[in-house]
Amino acid sequence: MNARVEPPLALLAELSHRCPLQCPYCSNPLELERSGKELDTKTWLRILDEAAAMGMHQVHFSGGEPTVRKDLEQLVEHATKVGLYTNLITSGVLLDEKRLRALADLGLEHVQVSFQDTEAANADRIAGFKGHLKKLEVARLVRKIGLPLTVNAVVHRQNIDHVPDFLEMAVELDAERIEIAQVQYYGWALKNRAAFIPTYEQLQRTTKVVEAARVRLKGVLVIDYVVPDYYAKRPKTCMGGWARRFLNISPAGKVLPCHAAESIPNLAFDSVHEHSLQWIWDNSVAFNKYRGTDWMPEPCKSCDRKEIDWGGCRCQAYALAGDAGTVDPACELSPLHEATFGLAMKEASAAAPEFIYRRIGTDETPDAAVFGHHEPAG
Amino acid sequence: MERAAFSEASVPAFPRGVKFRFNNTKQQWVILAPERLLEPDEMAVTVLKLVDGQRTLGAVVDTLMEMITIDPPPRDVVATDVVAMLQDLADKAFLVDAARAPQAKAAAGGK
Repeated sequence: MNARVEPPLALLAELSHRCPLQCPYCSNPLELERSGKELDTKTWLRILDEAAAMGMHQVHFSGGEPTVRKDLEQLVEHATKVGLYTNLITSGVLLDEKRLRALADLGLEHVQVSFQDTEAANADRIAGFKGHLKKLEVARLVRKIGLPLTVNAVVHRQNIDHVPDFLEMAVELDAERIEIAQVQYYGWALKNRAAFIPTYEQLQRTTKVVEAARVRLKGVLVIDYVVPDYYAKRPKTCMGGWARRFLNISPAGKVLPCHAAESIPNLAFDSVHEHSLQWIWDNSVAFNKYRGTDWMPEPCKSCDRKEIDWGGCRCQAYALAGDAGTVDPACELSPLHEATFGLAMKEASAAAPEFIYRRIGTDETPDAAVFGHHEPAG
Repeated sequence: MERAAFSEASVPAFPRGVKFRFNNTKQQWVILAPERLLEPDEMAVTVLKLVDGQRTLGAVVDTLMEMITIDPPPRDVVATDVVAMLQDLADKAFLVDAARAPQAKAAAGGK
């Protein structure tokens, strides 16, 4: 393996799995961490010190809902003090002007507010929480205070035709940026895949809308667009490569290469209680297992894109092929690529099933269909 | 947000939420923005160090001309390059024109 691994760029700090919303596409694991297991303030402060010392640039406070933590102000203040760029990824529903102003004064640089739809009734149905109007209010507050705003629009078959409205909403809210992110199928979203995956036609239509908007709104609104991998030709460069660019810390202090990594069984992740971040980054067996290109099987090993997409996504390889060490089925070179595409088309053309809402301790429903055979998670 | 169209009269500035910063551990200049990070090359760093929300783009070019002591290219060539480079950053929301957007805060505090 690499003699000395370059440090990661950013820290994803999942402060809590608690959240008033119950979005059935949540990327959190099926087994949600209870509040009693959450790291204390002192430990998070030490983590921020270590992240800055390693040369990381940014910290993203997320969750669950990060604002459930009463010490968020303290963490933002400290991160700013040690030179980290701070970003808050929030549903917004627990924020008010006073708290937002306090966070901004303590150095918060940027806020991302998630939206479930542009229509309140459908948005609240998807979230399992009456929060859409409050989100709009909080997004306006973010701008009123003068903080930059990103609108996070999570799109899928039940709202994808509202992408033009999402773009309009982002402009109306004076957002700097919008993320139009198709649901990625991990955790709760994998369980609810058939309720979310759009048809190929819906996807193509949306891509055209986004491409036109990028031209029309150049210099006005930055548009990030994430397509669902199941319809892709090449896999996404997941996390910039396994354990290459990012470091994710779970509410209980597990250090992961991405938020979904715990869905892969038999990978032991180290805890901040046992080692320093630097030690884990350099020595974690799980990090080194799929880091770089040495681990790659064919067709990745001889692929000229192996240092572009880094083999795609390990969690997806596990979820669809039952083997985290194989080529991501999103890649057209995967023997499962065609079947993946077909599975998506089939699910998308059938009636959407009822949502299985994200809840702590109610994971008793069967997993979504996979090709490989593995024990259901959770 | 209105699109900034840069000319020599513009006053390039980093908006709130964008930081042009030196990372001590890595000994490297970076531009930090929401979910994005840019590692500008040496030439860009030289130009961006002159972006303070006060100087006009024309003044940035003048300062650069003074800095190039050996074999300086014609001023209009440098100006064209600088306008193009900063316009590209503005289109990606890394810069604004403080002459048109007075609420834009200079990034001096972020250095």
